[in-house]
Amino acid sequence: MTRYLLQRIGFMLITLFIIVTATFFLMQLLPGTPFTNPEKLTDSQLTILNAKYGLDQPVAMQYIQYIGNLLQGDLGYSFQHEGRTVTSMISGRIGPSAFIGLQALVIGAIMGLLLGIVSALKHNSILDYGSVTLAVLGMSIPSFVFAALLQYYVGVKLGWLPVALWEGYSSTLLPSIALSVTVTATVARFIRSEMLEVIGQDYIITARAKGLKENQVMVKHVIRNALIPVVTMLGPLAVSIMTGTLVIEKIFAVPGLGEQFTLSILVLDYSVIMGITIFYSALFIFVVFVVDIIYSLLDPRINYKGGAA
Amino acid sequence: MTNTILTVEDLHVAFKTQHGKLTAVRGVNFELKKGETLAIVGESGSGKSVTAKSIMQLLPKATTEVTKGDIHYNGESLLKMSKNQITDLRGSEISMVFQDPMTSLNPTMKVGKQIMEGVQRHERLTKAQARERALDMLKLVGIPQAESRLDNYPHQFSGGMRQRVVIALALACNPKVLIADEPTTALDVTIQAQILELMKDLQKKTDTAIILITHDLGVVANMADRVAVMYGGKIVEQGTLDEIFYSPKHPYTLGLLRSMPKLNEDRGQPLMPIAGSPPNLATLGEGCAFAARCPHTMAVCHTYTPRDTVSETGHSVACWLQDSRVSKEVDKTELVESGNSST
Repeated sequence: MTRYLLQRIGFMLITLFIIVTATFFLMQLLPGTPFTNPEKLTDSQLTILNAKYGLDQPVAMQYIQYIGNLLQGDLGYSFQHEGRTVTSMISGRIGPSAFIGLQALVIGAIMGLLLGIVSALKHNSILDYGSVTLAVLGMSIPSFVFAALLQYYVGVKLGWLPVALWEGYSSTLLPSIALSVTVTATVARFIRSEMLEVIGQDYIITARAKGLKENQVMVKHVIRNALIPVVTMLGPLAVSIMTGTLVIEKIFAVPGLGEQFTLSILVLDYSVIMGITIFYSALFIFVVFVVDIIYSLLDPRINYKGGAA
Repeated sequence: MTNTILTVEDLHVAFKTQHGKLTAVRGVNFELKKGETLAIVGESGSGKSVTAKSIMQLLPKATTEVTKGDIHYNGESLLKMSKNQITDLRGSEISMVFQDPMTSLNPTMKVGKQIMEGVQRHERLTKAQARERALDMLKLVGIPQAESRLDNYPHQFSGGMRQRVVIALALACNPKVLIADEPTTALDVTIQAQILELMKDLQKKTDTAIILITHDLGVVANMADRVAVMYGGKIVEQGTLDEIFYSPKHPYTLGLLRSMPKLNEDRGQPLMPIAGSPPNLATLGEGCAFAARCPHTMAVCHTYTPRDTVSETGHSVACWLQDSRVSKEVDKTELVESGNSST
């Protein structure tokens, strides 16, 4: 197990390194400079600024310097906001994003499980067809469409919840609900098909042949086995929700990391783009890792020791 | 008659398909006596498993339906029982062992718990008592180091050991009837022999009646007291082991026995298959289902369904050749001679 873990951590670091390298060079290909109006700057001003931010060096040198700093945990300073470190910008912005994302995940997971389980239990009934239709709609319509609809109907027409901005708990609800639609749909579809598959398994007939009551069979044998694969899906879904907040945060004017990310790409704030990319990638890689560990705890057949037990 | 524990009468089971009902079991009759082993033999699609599952009412309600007939357990109709009564009976009175031990155990539940679950469902036992019972059962079916094996998961057992677990699970509540649906088909030959030996052994100890569903005549010869041969959703011949093996009367039974390779035959002898292929249940109408493949077919076979002709010993055959109403001109000697008959 320890061997496996060390190996996994090694691969995680290599993956992250590749992402950092690729992003660094791709970013350099973007047209423009980090300065808002470079044509208005005099040559000497440009030389001073370039020297200050290390942009006078060849790209390869900048890369080596960046990696060197990164290894010491230093993500550098923002090009836009004088004197602010990238680390402080991320930590200042992560709160709202994480809150909206996690809340959406919880809402989505609960709704999705309910919808999917009901749909599988009442297979081929009106309820089933209804929830499958809902799930397909939820998956195919982008979340910003729901965001706009929610803003108009719940925010403007009914006036129940604030349309946008970040003023207390009530402002977190609409963005979370808009985000949760995709989660609900994905989880519902997934758990439904997993349950239908498990219901068709031989060991379910065995369970029935033992004389177990139908609800015992469903809870202990069907749902339990169907939930295990859902865990693998929830992890990456959680991360994609946090990155999926890019558009939603913009629409609802939430001061989150996604909004910061879009902004920094538009103004070519190199160090912030790098910082947030690294943050998201590391998060994703870490979550996938955790999910694999949890999976091995839930499913006795999965065993990272290698060889038979 | 008090000796009879299970009776199946004129059972018809249909599948609901897109093209209407498809009758898979078309009038099955048999009785099971206490402590005996009845083998139901037949090729794939002959309705063996459907018959077995309809006794336990384990067929999916959405797609299957018992259209006619009845099943009595200890004189009570199983088909008229409520859902709760049936689930009370499952596992405690009638149990089932399935074909594939690799898939018939829940992969994420410890085997001990899977046995305990059934026990606790039917008997008022504490967790410790149920565990004790599970342990006894594992020992009974010959699993070494049973104590530590209780906390293992199914994937930690070999195929043969898993089938032992499945048998332990089925017998944990001391059922009166055990339905074994091809219990050895998925196992290799040496393990097959061990499992059959185990089942015989346990039957002696517990006096359980067994319905053994198989297509392996070797297994039948080894295990059965009585044999029922199924074809096209019906039992075409039924009798004691000796009657079926040494004086088969139905051309299909005869064909089955002849198609088996024999060890004492000269090498290079071709096998003797039954010509043709199993009937399409959707297009079966009146007449004998085997008529199209039968070497002795007569005009009457295609138009009227043969009735059971029952001998004094209870050997019953559904074949016009045995029916006294068919004119004596038909040459029956050919059939009798071609079997290794002693009658």
